[in-house]
Amino acid sequence: MKILIVEDEPQMLENMRQTLEQEKYNVETATTFKSALDKLGVYDYDCILLDISLPDGNGLELLKQLKKLGKVDGVIIVSAKDSLDDKLKGLDLGADDYLPKPFHMAELNARVKAILRRRYFEGNKVILFGNLSIEPENRTVKIDEEEILLNRKEYDILMYLITNKNRLVTKAALAEHVWGDNIDQADSFDFIYSQIKNLRKKLQNANVKIEAIYGIGYKLDNEQ
Amino acid sequence: MRLLNHTSKYLSLLLLPVITIWAVLFYYAMLDEIYDSLDDGLDNQKMLLVKRAETDPKILRHTDFNKHVYTFNKISKKKYDNFKESYHDTLMFMQNEQDFEPVRIYESTLMHNGAYYSLKVATSMIEEDDLLEDLITHLIGLYLVLVLSILILNNILLKRIWKPFYRLIDQLKNFRIEKSEPLVLHHTNIEEFKLLNHTVQRLTQKSSESFIAQKQFIENASHELQTPLAISINKLELLLENKDITENQLNDIAVVLENLGRLTRMNKSLLLLSKIENLQFKDEHLVDFKMLTEKIIYDFDDFIAHRKMNIVVAQSENLTYKINEDIAAILLTNLIKNAVFHGKPSTQIKIDITKNSWEIMSYGELEPLDESKIFARFVKVTTQKKSTGLGLAIAKAITDKYALTLKYRYDSSHIFKIEVS
Repeated sequence: MKILIVEDEPQMLENMRQTLEQEKYNVETATTFKSALDKLGVYDYDCILLDISLPDGNGLELLKQLKKLGKVDGVIIVSAKDSLDDKLKGLDLGADDYLPKPFHMAELNARVKAILRRRYFEGNKVILFGNLSIEPENRTVKIDEEEILLNRKEYDILMYLITNKNRLVTKAALAEHVWGDNIDQADSFDFIYSQIKNLRKKLQNANVKIEAIYGIGYKLDNEQ
Repeated sequence: MRLLNHTSKYLSLLLLPVITIWAVLFYYAMLDEIYDSLDDGLDNQKMLLVKRAETDPKILRHTDFNKHVYTFNKISKKKYDNFKESYHDTLMFMQNEQDFEPVRIYESTLMHNGAYYSLKVATSMIEEDDLLEDLITHLIGLYLVLVLSILILNNILLKRIWKPFYRLIDQLKNFRIEKSEPLVLHHTNIEEFKLLNHTVQRLTQKSSESFIAQKQFIENASHELQTPLAISINKLELLLENKDITENQLNDIAVVLENLGRLTRMNKSLLLLSKIENLQFKDEHLVDFKMLTEKIIYDFDDFIAHRKMNIVVAQSENLTYKINEDIAAILLTNLIKNAVFHGKPSTQIKIDITKNSWEIMSYGELEPLDESKIFARFVKVTTQKKSTGLGLAIAKAITDKYALTLKYRYDSSHIFKIEVS
């Protein structure tokens, strides 16, 4: 999978590149409007991460050009402005998603994966991990062909951990993704634990393990 | 008290002693003049009597006041030599009034054909009590007329003179710093009012400018902070995945991440506040508060369970209000969040929805919160060190901007109430 990151902040770009390369994607970068336009004219990308404010132009303008080229699929707008206007304009111009800065690496990974899944498998592909099989389309989870029932939060946690499999997902990232921004003021993320406990119980017969990494977060591994 | 009435009050108070003193002086001056002219009259009568005595000596035998206004009495030469002419007042029975009335008597002497006589001439005097009474009645009248004239004059003249001042006050009364509408000043020829207009205009302009500058500064600063925050958080998240990191280092990184998270939330809240104040949430629909409340409570389920609390929603009538849905969600979320996070574990939270109010009750600290401070920014009413101190400020900003009211009261529980006005 080929991904283009258009971002003028070198450190921001480096972080995104590193995290996506860990997922074995082929990552290319552009730091200016012009170089991005050059690359987009020549190559096709499966996913484009597009920063709105570039030193020599607006990312939304780039999006318009992409639309003209018929290459608007798979664009995620990344913006420091978190402005509703930009979001609506971007989605209107054909972008698939809008990710306001700052975001967690796990969230970036999840959004990119969601785009790729939607583009190439139309949501129908069954995700396999260990002896788990998940159909995102109808939110069903099976262990060795036997369906288990998960509530919305348990399902969201499992999906998020699978998307970020073998990687450490911090409690903050998990809480924000599953419970939304509202929970952010919690004095601790201990309340997550009860859902994790339930999920573990339901996954007893699966050969996957939700590992707690000290007090920081969780990691989903194959049980060897 | 209004300025106009104030001047009128002082003028009327000042007039009272002035008129009283003037009345006393006037009374004595007039009395003096009256006595003077009465005495002149008596003197003249005496001369006439003396002349008459020469042609009609019979009158010299009139010794009784009851018959004439004069009397003659024979006196010795010695008495005649030592006699001192005098004027004095006395009472005399008046036929017309059937009463004793004051009269002025002139005592003098005359010599006629070698005989000596003393002579008394009387004339009726003015009645001092009547004069005084008359004077007082008229003075009260004068006082009232004067006060009335001052009032009328003030209301017409002063009002006209002070018009620029009142117009300025009206403008200031309606001046709202967040509305960035400049004052409309009217031209005036009076130097002081010109100065006042000019100064007020400069002050309001200055404060409007700094208000806007401050707002923009907060907005820009918050925006500019997003990227460095993102870079720092992401760098640390990548570092966490590094296999060479020890447990201690991992925990330290977690602490830094947690604090960066707090910074991010504070920053987001500040941005949200500016957006609310700039009325950037435009898309308004009828929002069902009951449904919205239940949706939010669902998000908080786990946290509520973790704190062993429970939430009861009571609804007598349905509350719907035309507002941007995101904004309504933020408003209710902040109040619910506030109740959940600051409420005591193992207590109940109660939400009451009526046709035009939404109320949340929770048990926290056992004393009322300082009402003047709870809605201010960065005021942390409890010891919760991780709250941003912006939640209630945001809720208040929303209710202010969307024609709702948000009130707090303490009645053994903490109660926040949103009212549709």
